[in-house]
Amino acid sequence: MLKKLLLASAMTLAVTGAASACDFENTTPVKSLSAGFEAWKAVTSFMAKCGDFEAELDQEFRTKQPAAFAADPSLYQIGGVANGTLVPLLNEGTIRPLDSLIEKYGQNLTANQLIKINGETMAVAMMVNAQHLMYREDILTDLGIPVPKTYDEVLAAAAKIKDAGVVDYPIGGTFKTGWNLGEEFVNMYLGMGGEFFGPDNSATIDNEQGVASLEMLKKLTEYMDPEYLVSDSTYVQQQFQQGKIAMANLWASRAGAMDDPNESQVVGKVKMAGAPTANARAASTLWWDGIVIAKNASDEEAEAAFRVAMNGMTPEMVKANNDVAVWLVEGYEPGPLALGVVQTAEAGALPYPASSQMGLMHTALGNGVADYLTGAKDAQTTLKDISAAYTTSAKEAGLIK
Amino acid sequence: MNAKTFAAFVGPSIFLMLLFIAAPLISVFMQSFYITQPVFETVQVETCTPGFPNQTCVTEEKVQPVLGEDGKVITTVKYVGLESYVNVLEPDRAWAALKALDFGSLLTIDFWKALRFTLTFTLVTLPLVIGVGLAIAITVNNATRMIRGPIIFISLLPFIITPVIGALSIRWLFIGDGIMTAFLEWWLARDISMFAQGWTIELLMMFYRVWHVAPFAFVVFYAGLQTVNQDTLESAVIDGASRWERLRYVVIPHLMPLIVFISLIHLMDSYRVFEEIVGFSSQAYRISLQWLTYDLLTPDDSGNRSISRASASAMLTMIGIVVLLVPLLRKTWRDHKGGRV
Repeated sequence: MLKKLLLASAMTLAVTGAASACDFENTTPVKSLSAGFEAWKAVTSFMAKCGDFEAELDQEFRTKQPAAFAADPSLYQIGGVANGTLVPLLNEGTIRPLDSLIEKYGQNLTANQLIKINGETMAVAMMVNAQHLMYREDILTDLGIPVPKTYDEVLAAAAKIKDAGVVDYPIGGTFKTGWNLGEEFVNMYLGMGGEFFGPDNSATIDNEQGVASLEMLKKLTEYMDPEYLVSDSTYVQQQFQQGKIAMANLWASRAGAMDDPNESQVVGKVKMAGAPTANARAASTLWWDGIVIAKNASDEEAEAAFRVAMNGMTPEMVKANNDVAVWLVEGYEPGPLALGVVQTAEAGALPYPASSQMGLMHTALGNGVADYLTGAKDAQTTLKDISAAYTTSAKEAGLIK
Repeated sequence: MNAKTFAAFVGPSIFLMLLFIAAPLISVFMQSFYITQPVFETVQVETCTPGFPNQTCVTEEKVQPVLGEDGKVITTVKYVGLESYVNVLEPDRAWAALKALDFGSLLTIDFWKALRFTLTFTLVTLPLVIGVGLAIAITVNNATRMIRGPIIFISLLPFIITPVIGALSIRWLFIGDGIMTAFLEWWLARDISMFAQGWTIELLMMFYRVWHVAPFAFVVFYAGLQTVNQDTLESAVIDGASRWERLRYVVIPHLMPLIVFISLIHLMDSYRVFEEIVGFSSQAYRISLQWLTYDLLTPDDSGNRSISRASASAMLTMIGIVVLLVPLLRKTWRDHKGGRV
């Protein structure tokens, strides 16, 4: 009994010891709103060690964030953003430049982490993310297939895997209608070397590259679970974990889950490689995730918020969560799981071209591409209709006169 | 009841109806004729983002809203008349498709695609809900008293479940290799993908709606059955009426006002079908009018949303419900007036 008590008090000590792993005692209430995937859980749990901190982890944060930050005072002091979700905050001027705070408290930051807009640092990135190739090494080796570098090689490999019949479906894809499907087209179209907009913000997707992208997406779906239009990242991740698919172009932030023995039946068998290239470059886009600080908060609050945020991005945090993401934070040791993102970047993948127009285009694509995949429209009509849908919303938004 | 007491009783509810129903409706109606746009300017922006091994900086022309002195985006409000309605209905394309008798291409236009599904969904589930509800009510009414309680409890369960949760649980039974799909595959010895084509999802959605709403019809009908005149029923038996004839000529006429009531409620509810679209994530194949409004209202990554078109789409949905309800309302009105005479 005494032993148990001692053990318990030792544990308590250990916990409180960990809880004080923050370089200051925070007394200003600080709240954050961010997405809810693993990396954010890791970072916010380290932020919480400073005290008086409340994290809201919500996958639907993007619908709340602009309005919450426009309130005065802002409902959150810290915001978690990515390339795309930074745009409305920048446009509405609801976040503050961080340069003076970085000078005071950001000694640990590297230059690569600072998101600069016209020379001012508006956000601090903590990780990069991209969709890249994940494949079952055992299957590819057994069948003597080299790791595919281009999408044509992906198709050839898929055909061989299908003939061998070793998995249910050779390819998995995040083709769920809406944002996911839109993202797939954006990746492929940029990979084909396409441009989305003309000089006056008009849509320019109705071209050869657009048709080629649609055709390639459709060819890929022939090797997928026929329910691909409802399959999101989690679904594809589970397909991998259950050994149902052999290849997928999946988010780097999902890589860690492949080797999680509690969920995965294929521990150690899934390997990472760069996103396959289409005609021009790697068919993927680079994303970053990071934090912003609200403008509508007092300087004192902003300072506390920034210090709390910095305590979430420490080498200790990275050490405890090394394989959760491809961190930009100091102390990160790129493991085999980071290979995919690095190779994708080396193969020329562009940063996601976030802008107001792109938001509208992404929505139009997400809603429109399915019609081609299901066979309701041909490629030309699909692209023309997507352009028309974009034009309607761009006119309504005032982006096209 | 004198006028003052009447006003005291009715006043609060009229006030609340004006505040929570009429006012928002008028505001949506007004919004559908105006568009609010930020004032944009084009500027050179240099953006630096993480790269390997160093940052990548891009200088490009960006369109961004102009901020006023108060730090808010400057906006202009413009009267556009019926433009938002035209953008939703796309009459030119719809008319061209109709003239060519090409219904396939008519149904690729969002609004018409949504209308087609919404109407089919509403009109197919209506008789099923009434039929199933009535069948359960009659079964329970004829069951022995001992098991009546448990049967009522079990039949009410689907109605208690939150709609989205109910839809999700049915989806999980069928998606991928869900329990039900696995069972069907084993039973029919073939590969089945319930979510790979539109019509199977549509069937699942209708099945879900009937499963969810039939208990409501059942409760109402069961209450109605308690008030059927027993003397009439007995004389029908003496006259040699069969079970079916008693149902057809005594019970159903007695329940008629309730059937009209259930139909009214069901038409209003199922024309606004929404949970099923989200729950079964059927957007690629089937969308509803309510979902269309929701989609227009949802901000994208860059924070854009189409308030005017969403308002127009909401008004069109309301007009649709009114059109559907007119025949039933006229019947109720006539019965009401007839009853007074």
